[in-house]
Amino acid sequence: MNNENLNEKAKHLRADIIRMLYTCQSGHPGGSLSCVEILMALYYKVAHVDASNPKMEDRDRIVLSKGHACPALYAILADKGYFPREDLWSLRQIGSHLQGHPDMTKTPGIDANTGSLGQGISIAMGMALAAKHNKANYKVYTVIGDGESQEGLVWEAAMAAAHYKLDNLVVMLDHNGLQIDGSNDEVMSIGDIVAKFKAFGFECFKVNGHDIDAITEALKAPVSGKPKFICCETVKGKGVSFMENNFGWHGKAPNKDEYITAMKELGVTVNE
Amino acid sequence: MSESKSLRVAYGEALVELGKKDKNIVVMDADLAHATMTSAFAAEYPDRFYNFGIAEANMMCAAAGFAHSGLIPFVSTFALFGTGRAYEQIRNSISYVNANVKFGLSHSGLSVGEDGGSHQSIEDISLMRGLPGMTIFVPCDPLEMKKAVYAAAEINGPVYIRVARPVVDTITTLDTPFIPGKANVMKDGSDVCIMATGLMVPYALQAAEILAADGMKAAVVNFHTIKPIDKECILAMANKCGAVVTAEEHSIIGGLGTAVAEVLAGNSSAKFARVGIQDKFGKSGKPAELFAAYGLTAENIAAQCKSLKK
Repeated sequence: MNNENLNEKAKHLRADIIRMLYTCQSGHPGGSLSCVEILMALYYKVAHVDASNPKMEDRDRIVLSKGHACPALYAILADKGYFPREDLWSLRQIGSHLQGHPDMTKTPGIDANTGSLGQGISIAMGMALAAKHNKANYKVYTVIGDGESQEGLVWEAAMAAAHYKLDNLVVMLDHNGLQIDGSNDEVMSIGDIVAKFKAFGFECFKVNGHDIDAITEALKAPVSGKPKFICCETVKGKGVSFMENNFGWHGKAPNKDEYITAMKELGVTVNE
Repeated sequence: MSESKSLRVAYGEALVELGKKDKNIVVMDADLAHATMTSAFAAEYPDRFYNFGIAEANMMCAAAGFAHSGLIPFVSTFALFGTGRAYEQIRNSISYVNANVKFGLSHSGLSVGEDGGSHQSIEDISLMRGLPGMTIFVPCDPLEMKKAVYAAAEINGPVYIRVARPVVDTITTLDTPFIPGKANVMKDGSDVCIMATGLMVPYALQAAEILAADGMKAAVVNFHTIKPIDKECILAMANKCGAVVTAEEHSIIGGLGTAVAEVLAGNSSAKFARVGIQDKFGKSGKPAELFAAYGLTAENIAAQCKSLKK
């Protein structure tokens, strides 16, 4: 898929995210909108996955450790054909396979249950070590949040990933700078996060997290003997002007007026 | 002549035997391999043993990652750090998705002794019992420990095996059945039923002898499985004896005593008492001294039985 089409697709995916959250009147728009291109680089450019065979043994594993951003993941999985797009409008509702946080037992294409922060990267590390153990060649990609990086478990997992030389593990940081209570620096500074992962033994990259080509290039850069860390600089709420860089939109659904405005910005006219 | 052996040594031996049969078995530890006795497996199968250092939470999620990749991890550390520190990792990454992970967590209860209250887990059964789908085994002797390890490997889903540290006598036989969820009546009786688990089973048998000397016929049932609890057995024995005393090396809150009480409530008019740690923390001392200080004795079990029958 060429970049023009991908940029167009990013807009459609963002519109799907907004519609999902508006429909169920709950969820996390800010962090879902910020990681769209990160997940797109994985699902449309790099990862070896097959929607018609979600449990394919040699598939690459993708673990969205910042599980609250699952509307972005669900929108992509639906677009890829893992399940019908109509399912998206059942998000967070009783009986839906689309849970408030990713559930591998309910949703095709989900490789691990996440959302309790810090656990996804740790599970992904375990999957990468298990792949080495099984002499399997697939890679394990995990997307973490910057607020999530305050969890001690992230660093336990990072320590083990370097110890076991997991060059089949890629940790991607959605670095939008904001969390529920405010900016990272106000709440609990994560400091020079790239230097920290480097000190833990990772090969580190820093890219514009809304530039699919740049993310793809970092994903494809060869590393040997150590895990990879890609710091993706992003904008929380990306694509919806009034949500951008506003921590108030971490976990709040738009009302009708906000929904109509947001959809319009994303190129979708909603009949009032 | 029955063999005496530490339950953790039996656990380590069982892992080695199991590992020989099933190449998908991997063992994980958090820098306690020489205490939990997973060191035996590590020596035999170094390429199937993973040490995660003193980072229990990460080990639990790693185990989930292994289970999602088709392997069967047996995870070991001390019971307190496994079920306590890493509780939410067990809950969300393992139990919530019914991941096929087994926990052989050692140094449970007061029998840890000298290390004191900070290391004596008296609430681990309670923590694990609240998790939907969790199976809980509390073996009473080396033979039962081995059977529990084999049984755990046969179950598809998480299993908690409580591994006590002390050297204990073998009181079951090779032929004693070990059916998950099915309690074993070790001694029949009609006046009172002592329902015991783990290290308290031999004390329960001694209590029955004390009572026999006083003309009371006490039944003794070994609950090697706390979850799922054997409701049928509990109600049958309660109706037959009219009095039930539970005995466990665990807090009376959340363990066997609570599990039995939940079955009896509304279903039985039997009198009921619980021998166990009475909502207190442990402390340093020799295991025998601690058992005496906290009432985990045959004499106390017998006394509780008598008081129910007054």
